[in-house]
Amino acid sequence: MSAPAGPLPRWIDIGVVPIVNLALALIVAGLIVLAIGQSPLDAIAYMMSGAFGSLDGISYTLYYATDFIFTGLAVAVAFHAGLFNIGGEGQAYIGGLGVGIVALNFDHSLTLWPMMALGIAAAAVFGAGWAFIPAYLQAKRGSHIVITTIMFNFLAAALMNYLLVYVFRVPGSMEVVSRNFEASAGAPQLSEILATVGITVSSTPFNLSFAWAMICCVGVWLYLWKSRGGYEIRTTGLSPKAAQYAGISPSRITIVAMLISGALSGFVGLNEIMGYHRQLLLDFVAGAGFTGIAVALMGRNHPFGIVLASILFGALFQGGSELAFEMPTITRDMIVVIQGLVILFSGALAYMNRPLVERLWGLYASRRGPVVAVAAPEPQAAEAPPSPPPPAPAVSPTPQPLPAAAPPAAGTTPQPGSSRLPFLSRARRDAVPLPEFPAAPEDDDSIGNLLETPMPMPGDDPAKKTRKPRKPRDSKAKTDG
Amino acid sequence: MAEIPDWFLTAISILAATVRVSTPLVFCAMAGLVSERSGVIDIGLEGKMLVAAFASAVVAAQTGSAWEGLAAGIVVAVAMSLVHGFACITHRGDQVVSGIAINIIASGLTVVLGNAWYARGGETPQLEAGQRFLGLTLPAADNIGHLPLLGPLYVRVISGQSLLTYLAFLLVPAVAWLLYRSRFGLRLRAVGENPAVVDNAGISVTFLRYRAVMINGMLCGLAGTYLALSQNAGFLRDMTAGRGYIALAAMIFGKWRPAPAMLACLLFGFLDAGASRLQGVPVFGGIQLPVQLIQALPYALTVILLAGFIGKAIPPKAIGRPYVKER
Repeated sequence: MSAPAGPLPRWIDIGVVPIVNLALALIVAGLIVLAIGQSPLDAIAYMMSGAFGSLDGISYTLYYATDFIFTGLAVAVAFHAGLFNIGGEGQAYIGGLGVGIVALNFDHSLTLWPMMALGIAAAAVFGAGWAFIPAYLQAKRGSHIVITTIMFNFLAAALMNYLLVYVFRVPGSMEVVSRNFEASAGAPQLSEILATVGITVSSTPFNLSFAWAMICCVGVWLYLWKSRGGYEIRTTGLSPKAAQYAGISPSRITIVAMLISGALSGFVGLNEIMGYHRQLLLDFVAGAGFTGIAVALMGRNHPFGIVLASILFGALFQGGSELAFEMPTITRDMIVVIQGLVILFSGALAYMNRPLVERLWGLYASRRGPVVAVAAPEPQAAEAPPSPPPPAPAVSPTPQPLPAAAPPAAGTTPQPGSSRLPFLSRARRDAVPLPEFPAAPEDDDSIGNLLETPMPMPGDDPAKKTRKPRKPRDSKAKTDG
Repeated sequence: MAEIPDWFLTAISILAATVRVSTPLVFCAMAGLVSERSGVIDIGLEGKMLVAAFASAVVAAQTGSAWEGLAAGIVVAVAMSLVHGFACITHRGDQVVSGIAINIIASGLTVVLGNAWYARGGETPQLEAGQRFLGLTLPAADNIGHLPLLGPLYVRVISGQSLLTYLAFLLVPAVAWLLYRSRFGLRLRAVGENPAVVDNAGISVTFLRYRAVMINGMLCGLAGTYLALSQNAGFLRDMTAGRGYIALAAMIFGKWRPAPAMLACLLFGFLDAGASRLQGVPVFGGIQLPVQLIQALPYALTVILLAGFIGKAIPPKAIGRPYVKER
């Protein structure tokens, strides 16, 4: 990079990069729509009007978003611990089982509010329980958590299949569903709530679980960025070795993070089983666990971003139904394609766009002189890498001040020590001044890097982080975004 | 001709079904093996198999030729593999995330295009016999067929399978040879264990891994084509139904080695074939074995294996880690 760009300003990092990714995904999806012989612009117009054009549309959008907030948070919490939880699908399924069990057993005896509390508890316990086994196996026996959670998705499907067919099915009925819950075991839907104050709106599945989702967002934010436990999780995610050195047990963090993640996924059961269907049935998760991955990637693993991304995906899902209605040649599965493309661009190809954005910003910033001066305070960093451009390891010497801790993504190797993930933390890794620590083999998070040397990092926020292992209390200062 | 006992005929038909069900698993397991031995995790087997099934069904329906269908399946699956390679090798993206993206895109795109082109809810037109790879009768089947026990075994299990099935099982020794006896295979395994060494020897890590994912794509293409043109007569929505993941499990179960992986595929195929047979049949003194239990077995076994309770499955050392020069 001839012109070293300053670090990306935060608004670009948080705002522009995800939008570029989304735009790319939509462009590719638009090309597919074109190939089918329809107008992408019309398609988008139909989707937007379907999602936001009416009160019904909006409330369906928010109902879908509720699921995605839960699964997005679940994926994000695991990401922050350096784990990749693909098991959201199964955990949500089993969480729904928990909700169903308490609803079927207590709906005659309990009133609404105790029932809701019990439902929340059951969803959390069952979801967390389903995540516990893969977590334990990863922490204690070194199984690869990605593979185990995939297997557990299938195991959950088989288990639910069995239970619904042999245990919950209404005797004599052909349909593989449980009986309907009593009214006390239904999370109040918006129309029902409004009906009590005399407003009549048409019935949609949008229900009180959304409020719980908001509470979960705040809770996750407080936990990750304002509590000791969350600090430990983020430390472990950023550098397992440093965490271990600081007395944090990686296996404990793996289990704790996965339990939280599983519980959050389990709440999908609340929205679907108590809020919408009000009976136990098959396949109610319908891919929400995987959408959670897209949501977490787009939302940069921050609750606020996750809410925005969830609403976006909720709108896509709701708008997709409308689109399928208006343009019969395009099915709702178009949304699945967009979702996959978002995961591809903002997850797998995260390093393709970022350098481009960085370069563009660099060009722009160098015109405006002063910004560079402000933005690159560390002399070392500035002179550091005349890094060889060809294989482009460090595409630019820019760290990414992520919204709070850059969550390393999933450990793709079984050893906890090497589970650092490239796709969110690598730019930061590349930014670590190579000249000083020339030969840290493949894992630059050697303890020395993080603890002994106050690391010269171009960018305020990371520099702060490097000190943190010593002074956990300081962490409250300014990491959150 | 001697009377053939009933149980024997049942066993024969389960075995024949096992071979058929295992075929796509074997292709996919070999595909995953080549990729993962080079250090590139492949969660996307399912998606590549699905797009290949779709492409082969569409092309076979349009051109009327099974071979052109096969070619299309392979080309499309290789293209998907190259996307995976582009994300993971060139741009050093996360391999698991990329694999998931491929699976999700595949499950959506096949239905969207299928519905747009044929308006049958994602299905492609039914294929006729000439557009498919159907069972071949091996020579001498007529002569051996009337032998007492060996006869039915030969006629119904060994003979009468699709060309692609024979190819799948021939591929196993071929992949083994490629991995363990060829120069390319030596380098491939090395790049999965320690890419820096390979790089220092002046061999391009990137190119090696790209070749590995391309081979992977070809094999996934064969698997998908088999599903659409042999096992079924056309493409059905989400027709892979988790087979890619089962193959992944089989590959891990076989500890990333070709012959054991094939045996694991046969085991999982046997469970699958047996499960549909055993449905509703009381075994073990009147207790009905729930089908779901048998269906869950491959996954449960893999989890148990990975946890180190049956031997230890050790993945290639550099798996999942993008190679960064000069580290």
